[in-house]
Amino acid sequence: MNVLSVSGIGKTYVRYRNEFQRVLSWFGASTSSAHGTEVIRDVSFEVRAGEALGIIGTNGAGKSTLLKIISGTLKQSKGQAITRGRVAAILELGMGFNPDLTGAENVFHSAGLAGFSREEIESKISEIEAFAEIGDYFWQPVRTYSSGMQARVAFAVATAWRPDILIVDEVLSVGDAYFQHKSFAKIRELGKAGTSLLIVSHDRNAIQSICDRVLLLDKGGIAKEGPPEEVFDFYNALISQKENGVIEIKKTGSNKVKTVSGTGEATVESIILTGENGEATDCVGVGENVKLRIQVKVHRPVESLVLGYGIKDRLGQVIFGTNTWHTKQRITNAEAGEAYVFHISFPANFGVGSYSVHTALVDQDTHLTSNYEWQDFALVFEVVNIDKAHFSGCSWNEPNIAIEKLPA
Amino acid sequence: MPPALSALWQYRHFILSSVLAELRLRFDRSVLGGLWGVLNPLAQVAIFALVLSNVLQAKIGNVDNQYSFALYLCAGLTCWNLFNDIVSRSLNLFIANGNLIKKAAFPKIVLLANLVGACVVDNLLLLTAVLALFLITGFTLTASLVFLPLLLVLTIALATGIGLILGVLNTFIRDIGQVTPICLQVLFWFTPIVYPASIVPEQLQNLMAFNPVYTLVTSYQEILVFQTWPDTGSLLNCLVISAGLLLLGGFIYSRAAEDMADVL
Repeated sequence: MNVLSVSGIGKTYVRYRNEFQRVLSWFGASTSSAHGTEVIRDVSFEVRAGEALGIIGTNGAGKSTLLKIISGTLKQSKGQAITRGRVAAILELGMGFNPDLTGAENVFHSAGLAGFSREEIESKISEIEAFAEIGDYFWQPVRTYSSGMQARVAFAVATAWRPDILIVDEVLSVGDAYFQHKSFAKIRELGKAGTSLLIVSHDRNAIQSICDRVLLLDKGGIAKEGPPEEVFDFYNALISQKENGVIEIKKTGSNKVKTVSGTGEATVESIILTGENGEATDCVGVGENVKLRIQVKVHRPVESLVLGYGIKDRLGQVIFGTNTWHTKQRITNAEAGEAYVFHISFPANFGVGSYSVHTALVDQDTHLTSNYEWQDFALVFEVVNIDKAHFSGCSWNEPNIAIEKLPA
Repeated sequence: MPPALSALWQYRHFILSSVLAELRLRFDRSVLGGLWGVLNPLAQVAIFALVLSNVLQAKIGNVDNQYSFALYLCAGLTCWNLFNDIVSRSLNLFIANGNLIKKAAFPKIVLLANLVGACVVDNLLLLTAVLALFLITGFTLTASLVFLPLLLVLTIALATGIGLILGVLNTFIRDIGQVTPICLQVLFWFTPIVYPASIVPEQLQNLMAFNPVYTLVTSYQEILVFQTWPDTGSLLNCLVISAGLLLLGGFIYSRAAEDMADVL
């Protein structure tokens, strides 16, 4: 069942030549002279009960505007946003908190603003206090609070009554690690009970760990929608995309989507993983000495050429990554037509599982100044445990365990 | 029921607790606390009385009391302060709460109710002090006092209507916020509050009768100081004007409510 269905939403901030025309327009006068800035265009998506949807995008992409429309503080210019059930939104830190009131009084205030009666709030206040875990500060004026404490109280109030849709705009990132874990656990618990989550965050880990689906907004429209990892890879490609840059998406064998983007001055022609026996493989043993052989072709002269690579686990977390800028092996003044082969040897000290390699050809230490080519899922390989004792975790960290029996 | 009214009903507990919280906060860290709510307007009365009594005392009708001018000021200012408070505070209501309006979904009209509630509580404190002053100075309060609740309601309605219209308009056209205090000043001096209506030339008095604040202020003075019945015809006029302004305000609000978050 969909708790939220957004269809064809557009938001245009209308500017009138002068504001008197706006006033006249309330009384039915025509407003032909009005023109607007379109900040959201034709956004449609649906959210099922219990689903967690992440919304990512660069600053100004329209994420917060979209959340405001869904939560009802802004009115869309076009389209419809139909919500089913109660919507709770944390759009800002300490939203609506009066700095001179105590935390408890602000709980009454902001829950009252959400339409709860005094009795309803009274029955939950101790639960809210317990969840926020800010001790005696709960009875002190909010002006004495740190931003993390405000976030704690705001989150505790917003989730005290299970909403059908919970909207969170970035605020949880001000909480400390403990509270972030606690709030994510709470969100998961609410999700199991049927609450849908809409979260805007720049924190990839947070989104990947909690969201089932991610929406990438770019210039007010949906640029991509899909599983978190795939959308984040596309997003990375997008933010590095320069003029003339292209983004190419291919399905790879393992049902992952390979994203290639960049301006194309240099490209990775081939990437091969070889095992200890020197033969190309896509399956290596734990701790095996392997070699990545990456062949790069230069198509247009570049002053500086840096190869970066990273190895990600199946959840998209980078296990290891570096580049030839950090290793001080930058190639300078590469000419068109030149080809380079990078031999990268390392022991496959990874846990058992599936890994992917992404490559980046850039000019410096990041792909943000100049991005010749970026490939996600350039190579996928498996790590299997052939000759090591059983272990868990994502890295092989050979132990030496000595046991000494103490005299009784 | 219009959505604005049902919203007010739904949020009644919230409005009540907000009004109480605001009052408490205003005096939270002051020694004299709530007393300031009364001391401020009384100080205003004292200043006007000191400055103007010698000039005007002889002309306050046929009231035989050495404090008559001060009491006359009190009666007029009680009404004016309520009107002035509501109008001038409504003016920046939506702008001052811009952040909240942008971040939380709730009927914005609740903010106006909070404001009016706080102003009315203030005014009731003042009214209590003024009535006490009347008794202390040897005035007897008469049956005409039964009009007081009606006058109070009319003043609130008139001020709220004007305040709502100006508050909404000021959100979009900020000049309103600059020009309104000037207009209020002019209105103050064009209303017989610190001087008796009798010193105004006859033909001007007829003109002033169109000013609903004039009607209200003189009615306050009539029932409190002159102990006569207010003119029901003028009050009816005032009621019609207030109702009209409230309706217009409600209409503008309903049209502008969704635009407001865009410009805040």
